[in-house]
Amino acid sequence: MAEVSVPRILATVPKGAWVPLGLLAAWALAAGSGVAASPLFVSPLEVLRVPFADPDGQEVWAALGASILRVVGGGLTGVLLGLVLGMLCGLSRVASLGVAPTIHTARQIAVFAWIPLFTAWFGNGEATKLVFTALSTFFPVFLATERGIRSTPKALEEVARTLDLPFGKRLLRFYLPAALPTIQVGFRIAVLSAWIGTIGAEYAIGNGRGLGSFIASARDQFRMDIVLVGVFVLAAGGVIFNHACERLFAILFPWAKE
Amino acid sequence: MTLEQVQQKRAAVLRPELRKDNGNAPATAALSIGRVGKSFSLNGSPREILRDVSFTVGKGEIVGVLGASGCGKSTLLRLIVGLDQDYSGRIAVSGEETRGLNRDVAMVFQDHRLFPWLTVAGNVGLALEALDLPGKEKADRIRHYVDLVGLSDYIDAYPKQLSGGMAQRAAIARALVSEPNILLMDEPFGALDSLLRLRLQDELLRIWDRNNVSIVVVTHDIEEALYLSDRVIVLEANPGRIHSVIDVGLDRPRLRDDPHIVSLKRQCLELVLDPPARITS
Repeated sequence: MAEVSVPRILATVPKGAWVPLGLLAAWALAAGSGVAASPLFVSPLEVLRVPFADPDGQEVWAALGASILRVVGGGLTGVLLGLVLGMLCGLSRVASLGVAPTIHTARQIAVFAWIPLFTAWFGNGEATKLVFTALSTFFPVFLATERGIRSTPKALEEVARTLDLPFGKRLLRFYLPAALPTIQVGFRIAVLSAWIGTIGAEYAIGNGRGLGSFIASARDQFRMDIVLVGVFVLAAGGVIFNHACERLFAILFPWAKE
Repeated sequence: MTLEQVQQKRAAVLRPELRKDNGNAPATAALSIGRVGKSFSLNGSPREILRDVSFTVGKGEIVGVLGASGCGKSTLLRLIVGLDQDYSGRIAVSGEETRGLNRDVAMVFQDHRLFPWLTVAGNVGLALEALDLPGKEKADRIRHYVDLVGLSDYIDAYPKQLSGGMAQRAAIARALVSEPNILLMDEPFGALDSLLRLRLQDELLRIWDRNNVSIVVVTHDIEEALYLSDRVIVLEANPGRIHSVIDVGLDRPRLRDDPHIVSLKRQCLELVLDPPARITS
């Protein structure tokens, strides 16, 4: 029986998990055999223990909560601004000629280059982190909304015109839903950049609670185990955010799924 | 019989109260097109699409517009519905000149053009948004027109859940729900298979019989034009202009193989395939 069940369990392992499992095995082997003996080289088991047993490691949960709040707060601001400005530039020729070039140029600046400016303007606290998160969310949402609204199907636009829809209804019942597939792509990118942006800002500024500053201070104390915990939580957070957004879209817009 | 007499005869058939009339007072036409022309420039050189097109549509009349593709028949409908306001000449609805969108005119396109994110009820209701009706009346009207096109069981279905024929029925309900005086149809059954096309033609006539809406139906299907219309306007191309007007002059319900329709069909085929010199008036 036992001989049969082992391959059976192996068969249930998803193909995509083989590479990470292999790396994990190599890591455990290297740590266990003492090949890589260095205070900076920790074993997988230690990393697993830290967030639950280590008093410094336990702070990862509070840090995670703080980062999530920042993503939600800053991200919502950025999404809202991106939607509004994107719609404006998609619908109005004046806005698209007047405002869009500025935004498109500002987008070319690597987002992290804004951090020195923001800390000068908004200080070394919460405000800078939120503004930075909002900014990194804003660009993808703005771009996608603008493009989505501009590329709404002409045939359906004619229907909206012949039905003489009032402006508000035209926006809610036609332009937004028609642009939704494009907006959704931008939104997915935005969620990821909100996450990366928040952690990046926390890491660069280094103070306060948050996953970024958690990793930064662990690095400063040469606590490799805590750094790794932070990195794994970071990855898990990104995956969870991505899934949550897809679920949200599926619930809000049932007609969009196949 | 002159055009006006024909129209009055039609109107009298449709509306018994007019029958007592002596027939001399000409009712205002539902739609009148006066010397309409349209051209645009293609790579800098002007191109004439429509020239000097004039006709009227009486109240409750069905007029077919027949012509080969490229003769400007779809353009004509776009001018009437107001999607394109750049034309010469005059278009009047119920005697009043109009340019641009008019709530008295609704349009059904060849493809259903339903919004995929709205249900049948949502799509039909969209046409009422501009009308500012109280909620209950709005819901009643949507239900009534969805029933009329036979989609009661699909009122909450999304367009992708409908077959081609059902989607086109929903599009007809959307056009009729605002109760326009004029319904423009641009090859409305052109995308459907031939059996379904015949069935929807009969359904259209049944709806028209209850609604008394004036219909202009553009088609390249000669049988469809003759079966549906009181009059058929034959357009010729380059530039699009009226070649001739055929008075079908049959009461409804009609037989599809009525000898009169068969002989008119032969006539139409000759006109469309091998147009003789125009009869200039």
